[in-house]
Amino acid sequence: MQVNFYQSRPIYEQIIDEIKKMLVRKELQPGDQLPSQRELAQQINVNPNTIQRAYREMEITGLAESRRGLGTFIISEQDLIKDLKEEMAQLATQNFISEMKSLGFEAAEIEKWVKQNQGINEKKTPGGEGNE
Amino acid sequence: MNENNPVITTENLHKRYGRTAALQGISCQFPRGKITGLIGPNGSGKSTLLKLIMGLIKADRGSLNIMGHPPGRKNKANIAFLPEINNLYRSMSLQELIDLYHSQFSTFCPETARELLSFMNLQPEKTVKQLSKGMVGRFKLILTMARRVPLILLDEPLTGIDIKSRSNILEGLISKFNPEEQTIILSTHEIIETERYFDHVIFLEDGAVSLQGDADDLRAEYGQSIQELAKEVFV
Repeated sequence: MQVNFYQSRPIYEQIIDEIKKMLVRKELQPGDQLPSQRELAQQINVNPNTIQRAYREMEITGLAESRRGLGTFIISEQDLIKDLKEEMAQLATQNFISEMKSLGFEAAEIEKWVKQNQGINEKKTPGGEGNE
Repeated sequence: MNENNPVITTENLHKRYGRTAALQGISCQFPRGKITGLIGPNGSGKSTLLKLIMGLIKADRGSLNIMGHPPGRKNKANIAFLPEINNLYRSMSLQELIDLYHSQFSTFCPETARELLSFMNLQPEKTVKQLSKGMVGRFKLILTMARRVPLILLDEPLTGIDIKSRSNILEGLISKFNPEEQTIILSTHEIIETERYFDHVIFLEDGAVSLQGDADDLRAEYGQSIQELAKEVFV
């Protein structure tokens, strides 16, 4: 896990967000064991109490569960990834629309901008042709 | 607060030096098992508060309770703080100073000192005289953290120290911090690098508490970093 923390948001929330992203990117699977609190604290250079808070919050919201003597595990829920993807897509879309509206764009124009930028993050094909 | 069992409680604490009021009625609590950042500009009273906690000076008025006792001899063995490495010790090697500390403190763990020496890339046979300021800062942290005690006080551990040594010090601190048995208080006016490690913060200005609370809760409540909050709080 590599995180650069924005200090203006609770750090434990950012840790949870990063774990969610790892699940969506398939770097983590449902049912996987998370590193011990101490290990993760060392890995990402954070106060172990902050990791404890992140893990506890994930248990409360049902994203993870603690198994006594073994550690903390992501739940093995079938639809977990799908649900997370939806949750994160919703948030990203809302932020984007909010931003565009604040620039004065209306719905139809916003849609046009999305279409125009569909291919923007795709790799260029060999032969040097960019994507439109 | 760690379920209302704070490791230190102060109530209306006053301390004056001559005509200067260093602490003007401080009431605050330091939560057990957490890292508390004691934040404030120079002259705000941070060092005074830490010296009171260490029992080096006495308050004029008010109460101060540390691990169930007033400051003094009962707590001495349980509190570690950054040492002054004065001229007397400068010709000694790091290993000699470690051995000295070991002989003085029963809770000193040479294994921890060894691990930290290696982590910080310091050679035990070097003398203090041969070290840069940053290295001395790192070594002081090693001597402090090698004492496995319930309360650790770090008064401005980063001041005047180069950036690489600072992150070394903070990482070394985190690596040896055991929240189940230890509490750390770190005073500083350099918030940018330190705030990520704080569970709890207490803002001191002109001898009074301006703001205190859980660091992440404050970030959520104000939508700002502790650094940004401090800029607003300290007018």
